[in-house]
Amino acid sequence: MPTTFAAKAKNEEWNASLTSEGALVRWALIALALGYLTLFLFVPLAAVFAEALKNGLAGYFASFQDPDTLAAIRLTFLAASLAVPLNLIFGVAAAWAIAKFEFVGKQILITIIDIPLAVSPVISGLIYVLLFGAQGWLGPWLAEHDIKIIFALPGIVLATTFVTVPFIARELIPLMQSQGREEEEAALTLGASGWQTFTRVTLPNIKWSLLYGVILCNARAMGEFGAVSVVSGHIRGLTNTLPLHVEILYNEYNAVGAFAVASLLTLLAIVTLVVKTLIERKSAPSRATQDPEWRMQPGSPS
Amino acid sequence: MHLALKQPSVLPGFGLTLGFALFYFSLIVLIPLSGLFIKTSSLTWEQFWHTVTEPRALASYQLTFGASLLGALVNGFFGSVVAWVLVRYRFPGRSIVDALVDLPFALPTAVAGIALTAIYSSNGWIGRYLEPMGLKVAFTPLGVLVALTFIGLPFVVRTLQPVLQDLDREVEEAASTLGASRWQTIRAVIMPELWPALLTGVAMAFARSVGEYGSVIFIAGNMPLKSEITPLLIMTKLEQYDYAGATALGVVMLVVAFLLTLMVNLIQWWSSARHTVR
Amino acid sequence: MSIQVDHVTKRFGTFTVLDDVSLHVQTGELIALLGPSGCGKTTLLRILAGLERPDHGRILLHGDEVTERRITDRRVGFVFQHYALFRHMTVTENVAFGLSVLPHAQRPSPGQIQKKVHDLLSLVQLQAMADRYPNQLSGGQRQRVALARALAVEPKMLLLDEPFGALDTKVRKELRRWLRRLHDELHITSILVTHDQEEALEAADRIVVLNQGHIEQTGTPDEVYEHPATPFVYRFLGDVNVFHGRIAQDEIAHEAADRQHPAEAGSSDEHEVTFVRPHDLELSRSRTTTTQLEATVRFVITAGSRVRLELMSKDSPQTIEVELTKERYRELRLQQGDAVFVHPKQLQVFKMPGP
Repeated sequence: MPTTFAAKAKNEEWNASLTSEGALVRWALIALALGYLTLFLFVPLAAVFAEALKNGLAGYFASFQDPDTLAAIRLTFLAASLAVPLNLIFGVAAAWAIAKFEFVGKQILITIIDIPLAVSPVISGLIYVLLFGAQGWLGPWLAEHDIKIIFALPGIVLATTFVTVPFIARELIPLMQSQGREEEEAALTLGASGWQTFTRVTLPNIKWSLLYGVILCNARAMGEFGAVSVVSGHIRGLTNTLPLHVEILYNEYNAVGAFAVASLLTLLAIVTLVVKTLIERKSAPSRATQDPEWRMQPGSPS
Repeated sequence: MHLALKQPSVLPGFGLTLGFALFYFSLIVLIPLSGLFIKTSSLTWEQFWHTVTEPRALASYQLTFGASLLGALVNGFFGSVVAWVLVRYRFPGRSIVDALVDLPFALPTAVAGIALTAIYSSNGWIGRYLEPMGLKVAFTPLGVLVALTFIGLPFVVRTLQPVLQDLDREVEEAASTLGASRWQTIRAVIMPELWPALLTGVAMAFARSVGEYGSVIFIAGNMPLKSEITPLLIMTKLEQYDYAGATALGVVMLVVAFLLTLMVNLIQWWSSARHTVR
Repeated sequence: MSIQVDHVTKRFGTFTVLDDVSLHVQTGELIALLGPSGCGKTTLLRILAGLERPDHGRILLHGDEVTERRITDRRVGFVFQHYALFRHMTVTENVAFGLSVLPHAQRPSPGQIQKKVHDLLSLVQLQAMADRYPNQLSGGQRQRVALARALAVEPKMLLLDEPFGALDTKVRKELRRWLRRLHDELHITSILVTHDQEEALEAADRIVVLNQGHIEQTGTPDEVYEHPATPFVYRFLGDVNVFHGRIAQDEIAHEAADRQHPAEAGSSDEHEVTFVRPHDLELSRSRTTTTQLEATVRFVITAGSRVRLELMSKDSPQTIEVELTKERYRELRLQQGDAVFVHPKQLQVFKMPGP
C-alpha cells in the first residue's frame, strides 16, 4: 500500500530528528550566520552603491565623464587583456602536463603554482621595481635604451600577471585530474592527432571551468591594487588603473566619484560570482539531499 | 624532458606543455622573487637585522600579525557556523548567500577598503552608533581587524564546506542509535573530521591577511608605531628610495608567507595520510 | 591480419608485468587473454594498441614490425572497460569521430560519414539512440556504442579490455553472445581480455591463460578446460577438489591418467596432487570397488540447475565438493549426515614442489 504524503513526511521527520539539532538551535545558528554575513558582506556591498548614488543617478553617471576616469578604464582593460591570455596559456599548459602525465616533482609544481597567492601584493610589485626600476638590476640598461617598464604599461602588466598567475591553473588542474586520460587515449586509438584530441575531446570537457577561471582571473586582474600601486607611479591619466583611480578620488574627498568607479568594479565582482554559481549548477545538476527515502519502507518495523 | 617522466607516455605534448609552463613561471614568478633575496644579500647581517628589528618595524609586525591572527580566529569560529548552516540547513535565499561568500575573494581590495571606511567612520552606518559608545573603529587598529576579517571570510567557509558535504550521515545515525546525544555526536564524531579543514582554513585566512594592503590602508590610521601595517611600511620605504630597507622587510614577509604555505600543505598531507586505508 | 608477439617484456619500476611473452594470433581469430588481476593481460593489450611501450621484444602486425609505431598509425580498434565515450558528444558524433579526424585527403564526405554511422548503429542495434548522450544510456548500450565507434575506422584488429566487466551478469551474458555473433559476421582479428573464465570459454576460438606475466597455456576452450597443462589453469577455469597424493579410481581413468603423467620415481622435494572437478565425482551409497573414498554429507544445496553437495571426507579432514544432476540426486535420496562413497570419473595428477 503506497504511503500517503503525510505519512512519508512524518517518516522523513523522524529520520531527520536522529541527526539534527532541534528547530530552536537550528534557527539560532542560522540567525548567527546571517548576522555575521550581513555585517561583513551585505553591508559593505550595499554601502558601495549607496555612497555612489548619493548625488542621484545624474551624479553617478557624471562621474564617468571625467577624462582621467576614462583613461583609467582604458588602461585597466588593456592591462587585463594582456595579462589574462598569457595566464590562460600557462594555466592550460600546466594543467595538461599535470593531469595527463606522471612525472617527478609533479606535487612540487602544483604547490609552487600557488606561491603568488601567498605573496603580499606590495612585494609582488616590489620585485619588479628591483629588477626594472631606475636603481634596479636592469635599470641602467633600460634607461640607455629608453625603455620604460616601471611607471609605465609594461610594469603594470607584469605586476598584474604575477598576481593572477595561479587562477586559471587552479581551476583546471583538479578538474582535469579527475577526468583522467581515457577519453584522450580513446581519441588517439581512433586516429586523432594531439591537437585534434585536445581541441575536440579535452577542451569541451573543461570549457565551463575554463570560462570561470578566465572570468575570475580577469576580475582579479582589473581589481589589483597593491602590486600595481608600487609599479605605476600614480601618474594621472597615464598610469592609473581603476583601483588606483579610486584611491586618488577618495583622497581628494570626491567620495561620490570614488564610489561610482568602485561600483563598476563591484559589478564586475558580482558578475564573476553569478558566473560561478551558474557553472556549479551546470556541473552538478542536483545537490543530493540527504533524505534516505529508500530506507523507511511502508509497513516495515521501525 | 622525457627523462623526467616516470614512464614514456603516449599522449603528446608533455615536453611542450611542461617546458612552457616552467619557463613562463620561472620568468614571471621565480626569477623576480629570487631577485628579492639576492638584493637582500647585499646587506650585511647587521644592517639586515637592524632594519627588520627597528621599533617601527616591530610595531608593524605586532599589528599585522596580531590583527591577522585575531581575524583568522574570528573567521574560524563564525566561518564554521556559516559553513554548517549553508551545508545542513535550507532557508530562503540560501543559494544567494552561498554565492556571496566569495565576494571578498572577487572584490578589489581598494573597493573593500573605502566601503569599510565609509561604514565605520564617525558618520557611517555603523560607526555612528559605535562611536558614542566609545568604540572607534575607523583609523584605529580595530579597523584593521575589521578589514582583515572581511578579507579572510571565504577561506574558512570554503575549506569547510566540501568536508561537511562529504560527511557520512550514516555515521551520525549510528552514534545516535548507540545512545549519543546530538552534542556528543557532534563533538566525538563530526568535529574530529573537521579539524584539519578548519586548521587549513584558518591558516589560509591568516596567510592572506598578513600580506593584505588595499583593504587596510584606508581604514587604518597608518600612523607609524601605532596603526601602520608592515606592507605599508614597505611601501613608504620604497617611496623614500630606501630599497635596502624595503627588501629586508620584504624578505621577512616572504619567509613568513612560505612558512605558512608549507604549514597548510603539511596539514593537508597529514590529514589525507590519516584517512588513507592501510 | 595476423598478430605476432615476440618475447615481450614489460616492467613498471621493479615489478615485472610481462615476462618474455610470445604469442601468435591468426587472421580472423577471436582469442581471449584470460587471467586474474595483475597477470599482465591488460598491459599486453595496451602494448598491442600502442598505449604502452614494451621494454624488450617486438610486435608484428601481418608481418610488419610496429613496436615503434605510434598509436595513430596502427589502425587498431580499442574498446575500454569503462567505455571512454566522449561525454559531451552524441552517440552519432562519438561513432563518427574516427572518420572525422582523418586527414582531408582520406576523409569521406559528410554524407558518407552519416551513412557509415547509420549502418554501424544498425549493426549494434542502437539506431534509436543516435542523438542521445552517453549519460542517457545504460552500461550495455554504452559499450555497444564504444564498439561501433571502434569499428567505424575499419580497424585491422579489435582489442577489447574487459569490455563487459562493469555490467550486470545478465547483460554480460547477452553481450558476450552478441559479440561472438558479430565476430562471426565480420571476421576481424580480435583479442578479448577478461578475468571471467565463463566468458572466455564461451566466446573465444582460442584461450591464452596468463599468470604473473607469463603464459600458462594456449589452446581451444576444450583443450584448456579438459586438459589443463598446469594446476593454475585447472584451478582458474573451474571449481576443483584437491587431493594430496595419488588417489586411485576405476581402471579406465587410471590408465588414462598414467598415459598423461607416466609415474616417475618421486623425488624427495616433490609430491603428487590430484585434481578433480566437482561434477566428475560420482557418489554411491555402498562401496563398489576397494578404491574409493568414504565421506559424510554435510550440506546439500538443491536450488539452481544442479545439486551441490559438501562432503566431509572420513580419511582426512577435507571438504569435498560434488555436483550432481537433479535426477542422480533424486535416485540417491541423500540427506545431511548420510555416509557416501566417492569415486572420480576423471582426474588429473600434477607434481607440486615441496615434500
